[in-house]
Amino acid sequence: MTELNAKIPEGPLAEKWANYKAHQNLVNPTNKRKLDVIVVGTGLAGASAAASLGELGFTVKNFCYQDSPRRAHSIAAQGGINAAKNYQNDGDSIYRLFYDTIKGGDYRSREGNVYRLAEVSNEIIDHCVAQGVPFAREYSGLLDNRSFGGALVSRTFYARGQTGQQLLLGAYSALSRQIKLGTVKLYNRHEMIELVVIDGKARGIIARDLITGKLERYFGHAVVIATGGYGNVFYLSTNAMGSNASAIWQIFKKGAMFANPCFTQIHPTCIPVHGDYQSKLTLMSESLRNDGRIWVPKNKEDAEKLRKKQIRAKEIKEEDRDYYLERRYPAYGNLVPRDVASRAAKERCDAGYGVGESGFAVYLDFEESIGRLGKYVIEERYGNLFQMYEKIVNENPYENPMMIYPAVHYTMGGIWVDYELMTTIPGLYCLGEANFSDHGANRLGASALMQGLADGYFVLPYTIQNFLSNEIRVPRMSTDRPEFEEAEKSAGDRLSKLMRIKGNKSVDHFHKELGKIMWEYVGMGRNEPGLTKAINLIRILRDDFWKDLRIPGNLDEMNIELEKANRVADFLELAELLALDALERKESCGGHLREEYQTPEGECLRNDKDYMYVAAWEYTGGNNPYKMHKEELKYEEIEVKQRIYK
Amino acid sequence: MDFTLKIWRQKNAKAKGKFVTYNLKDVSSNCSFLEMLDILNEQLVHQNEEPVVFDTDCREGICGLCSLYINGRPHGPDDAITTCQLHMRKFKDGDIIVVEPWRARPFPVIKDLMVDRTAFDAIIQEGGFISVNTGGAPDANAIIIPKEAAELSMDAAACIGCGACVAACKNASAMLFVSAKVSHFALLPQGKPEAKERVRKMVAKMDELGFGNCTNTFACEVECPKLISVSTIARMNREFLWAKIG
Ligand SMILES: Cc1cc2nc3c(=O)[nH]c(=O)nc-3n(C[C@H](O)[C@H](O)[C@H](O)COP(=O)(O)OP(=O)(O)OC[C@H]3O[C@@H](n4cnc5c(N)ncnc54)[C@H](O)[C@@H]3O)c2cc1C
Ligand code: FES
Repeated sequence: MTELNAKIPEGPLAEKWANYKAHQNLVNPTNKRKLDVIVVGTGLAGASAAASLGELGFTVKNFCYQDSPRRAHSIAAQGGINAAKNYQNDGDSIYRLFYDTIKGGDYRSREGNVYRLAEVSNEIIDHCVAQGVPFAREYSGLLDNRSFGGALVSRTFYARGQTGQQLLLGAYSALSRQIKLGTVKLYNRHEMIELVVIDGKARGIIARDLITGKLERYFGHAVVIATGGYGNVFYLSTNAMGSNASAIWQIFKKGAMFANPCFTQIHPTCIPVHGDYQSKLTLMSESLRNDGRIWVPKNKEDAEKLRKKQIRAKEIKEEDRDYYLERRYPAYGNLVPRDVASRAAKERCDAGYGVGESGFAVYLDFEESIGRLGKYVIEERYGNLFQMYEKIVNENPYENPMMIYPAVHYTMGGIWVDYELMTTIPGLYCLGEANFSDHGANRLGASALMQGLADGYFVLPYTIQNFLSNEIRVPRMSTDRPEFEEAEKSAGDRLSKLMRIKGNKSVDHFHKELGKIMWEYVGMGRNEPGLTKAINLIRILRDDFWKDLRIPGNLDEMNIELEKANRVADFLELAELLALDALERKESCGGHLREEYQTPEGECLRNDKDYMYVAAWEYTGGNNPYKMHKEELKYEEIEVKQRIYK
Repeated sequence: MDFTLKIWRQKNAKAKGKFVTYNLKDVSSNCSFLEMLDILNEQLVHQNEEPVVFDTDCREGICGLCSLYINGRPHGPDDAITTCQLHMRKFKDGDIIVVEPWRARPFPVIKDLMVDRTAFDAIIQEGGFISVNTGGAPDANAIIIPKEAAELSMDAAACIGCGACVAACKNASAMLFVSAKVSHFALLPQGKPEAKERVRKMVAKMDELGFGNCTNTFACEVECPKLISVSTIARMNREFLWAKIG
């Protein structure tokens, strides 16, 4: 395997991207038509990339597993999208957004990539407004902003509590226009299950038509993967039911390295778990922390009574409430970053101060802001979230404080990519949540939408041309080639093998069991004995899966159990790598808390001397299939410090 | 809680479907409707039978994938929600619950309760966009949009494309869906230049795909999980007339 080369352009940080664009190779307009690009995924990253490549004139094939591109999970993002516009004149700048993102990521992301992200953030907002995204406005008619965690400025643009929806519909509309123009062909209800590599370059995919059950072959001069995050390895998460890691896991097994798999984000404000039949967890947007105050009772006796429903939250007097975030972090208060807020909630609940029936919940209280601003303002800002909460919990959050608890939400880790967003397989790119590039060990709120759209609208359409400009003499390849034949056969064999097990347990059984192991030992608090145990348990569960799984129905027709089984088979492997990576990283940083490495106050204790690197895992096969490579992180512009939000 | 479920089962698009009855016991009232179906499916898998196929993904009322016609109502017996947000506490112990797919000619059944709604995508492809390429947009604050217009536009843009409006309509009209998209853009200055062409093309496509006429029964508004108002239909009719004259 060659050395990891991030290909960061020369020159001062602020000029790197401009330099890159000035010197990269481009493809001339007539050649673009002759070049095929496969884009897997129609979320913010995939749809924006497919639409932009179509506009440029490339021939694009775009895949998603849902019936329509508009339903990718980006649709669920609520709170907002960051940009360094400084419209509020509160001291924001590209540099500050860059700095906050690096610091928020606990100094585990690349300076070059992050600076570029901050730089293009402003163009994203311009473009989305031009597309007709109805962002919130002030009475003046100018754009409004709100604050998100980890920042002292107000730089988040939003469309009520449906920002992701509106941004995705923007990208979907651009995509629809290209589909009509014929530059993009859409393959909905298709799931990618294999990558095709020819002479060392990514040249196509094998996808399963989810309606007919047939395997199909598709050629591309380049392949772009934008299939989202792998949070569902925990079973319960804020991700959609179908969110999966299959595409990234298959490219990993074909040679794309997987970076920092243990960097997963637990979001502090989700509706708590309420039963074993539960299928997913619902996020209550971080934006709520603008106006909501988080607390638990100061006395354990009160907590006990609240759990037993003997008293109500309202009856706890002000002086008997512990606003623990405001107490511990006076500078950022309720707006500390997610990792910090989640750990603090867990700490209080573990110590016996938790509320709700299970004792695993804390309050998010709007009483003060309703008093200050009026119910109408709160309703205007968060109405749909309050409604969503009420439907699930059956309690009115205008009258009683919301109950919340941390839940798995986002994966910072992902496929390793260089500055061009190319993986370690030439011609294979990875965008959006699926890659690892910009968020280090912790992502700041409202930065995933920014990254997905940056990658798809403003980065890939440039960088992919640097590769494609060398491919103009390569004619479209026949999918009868042996490489396609073999990839299809290996995909088919795996699916048949799943069908043949004919055991006794359902896919969901295994997925739930996996989730329990992951949450218990690889969740918010990790330690060496726990992680070692988890790896063992995962292996046992995986063996059982391959012996005792039951899938009714047939291979060559729509089969929803088979779809799930194929995804869970990949999760069962990825889970082990995640735990292994967590075990290897003997430090705490961002969302990765190793209990052995904490300050006396319970904050993360980083070890910059030994761990300031990206752990990039290579799949080598055999009994010990995972080999780690290190990409050392160098900070030239930023002074690396302890992350303090006090 | 215990329930008797009468669920539409149909092997594929061509097969004839029928109702099959299932009994389900001890369901928690906090269970969502789709989680209740998950429990049923778990049981079916245990009996080595094929699970009931239905569309779902986000399970929080925003992706628009879940559908289901429950006891004669799209998205079931509650207002302003999608099926994934419906909870069993809305039913009574012992209830008989009839579950069908969306029934509308332009939405053919794929399997069991899953239907094909790509006709909506085809309508959007005709004109549900502003023709702007990536790059070169003016500064976002160069376009000033009165708050009220932005809010009204957002009201319409909130549509999740689930198709409940079509399922609720006796004529299978897609007027609410199309008018929501037309209104979203028509209310914004950016959307004005292409407004006439947009409404003309989208309406033509809607007719071509076999969606019926609007006869003002407003069943669509009642069942819309996002409370899209029929006033968008009035706006579209105005836009359409103006497009025909102009
Ligand atoms: C509830 C929620 C709220 C959030 N709120 C915010 C927020 O306010 N601000 C913010 O910045 N971020 C937020 N995030 C994070 C952000 O939404 C996501 O990180 C981001 O949208 C991911 O976009 P994506 O394009 O990478 O992937 P996705 O939107 O997940 O898209 C994945 C695409 O890949 C396709 N796909 C997946 N697997 C396959 C396969 N095997 N074959 C074919 N196609 C496949 C899917 O069909 C889909 O089209 C939130 C996330 C959640 C879950
Ligand atoms: S599953 Fe997404 S709206 Fe119901």
